[in-house]
Amino acid sequence: MSRVLVGVKRVIDYAVKIRVKPDHSGVVTDGVKHSMNPFCEIAVEEAVKLKEKKLIKEVVAVSCGPTQVTETIRTALAMGCDRGIHVEVSGKDYEAMGPLQISKIFAALAKKEEASLIILGKQAIDDDCNQTGQMTAALLDWPQGTFASEVTIDGEKVKVVREIDGGLETIKISMPAVLTADLRLNTPRYATLPNIMKAKKKKIANMKPADLGVDMVSRVEVLRVDEPPTRLAGVKVETVDDLVAKLRANGTI
Amino acid sequence: MNQVVKAATVSGSDMANPLRSEVRQLYKNLLFLGREYPKGADYFSERLKSAFMKNKDVTDPKEIRKLVDRGEFVIKELEALYYLRKYRAMKKRYYEEELSTMLNIG
Repeated sequence: MSRVLVGVKRVIDYAVKIRVKPDHSGVVTDGVKHSMNPFCEIAVEEAVKLKEKKLIKEVVAVSCGPTQVTETIRTALAMGCDRGIHVEVSGKDYEAMGPLQISKIFAALAKKEEASLIILGKQAIDDDCNQTGQMTAALLDWPQGTFASEVTIDGEKVKVVREIDGGLETIKISMPAVLTADLRLNTPRYATLPNIMKAKKKKIANMKPADLGVDMVSRVEVLRVDEPPTRLAGVKVETVDDLVAKLRANGTI
Repeated sequence: MNQVVKAATVSGSDMANPLRSEVRQLYKNLLFLGREYPKGADYFSERLKSAFMKNKDVTDPKEIRKLVDRGEFVIKELEALYYLRKYRAMKKRYYEEELSTMLNIG
């Protein structure tokens, strides 16, 4: 039976009002409420469900970042993961960290842990990259089932119903494979206090990217971060002719 | 919190003691859940405390059991509330609203 790796990312909580730093180098994160990326919650839930159905043997929760990400791993453990891996990345490396570095880490871990499945959230709500799953599959040369809204394991194959523009697509891929979770895949359970207490007995291993042979050098540099432009008030017109005239004056038509 | 827990104990009665730890755990669980309450953790913890204090003189174990069950129900309600809020926020941000949904039909 198989082992599943689940990626969980610590992001600014979805309900927080984001503020841009005065120097426009990024967003304010100090003292701001963080939590597990909602799509990662769905990924964890799916992995735990597969384990409860006895289709897989072990679920390992993985997160990359500074010490604080262990809170996110603990939440995953409280939801039912068996153990955690904390890949320590901090400082400049953490700020520059993106899908490329994460996917290299996951590819290395998948080989080390002999995983049959990697389940990730389809994207993170902070960077909205939607790249990590795809890159990880490419690095491992594994098939991918992205935007999964339904996952069924059938022997050595996985049937994935994908949410795509204009409808649903059903594919069958062989394991090992990478899946990314979409919103309607499942309803994540809440990590209650008793579950968090029980999960304290579970182990979280600690390692560095170098231990996995991964270099964290980023090829992307953030130049500037700005708030979206404030929406201007609309203009009301009396007649259709006025509308046409305004559109002409505006250069729209 | 000790006030609250003491109040749930019937002096000299053995029956209430296992309930005492249940009441304590319920309070802790609700307090933990309240951290994410939309109107703020402080708002929640104030109301949680007054709700428990309101029943501090209840001695009948059957009554206490009923109140604890009600507390468990509130936990389920809060979990559902949090899930729906998050789901709707994600749906709004990442998925195009279909016309029928916008018009609240179908």
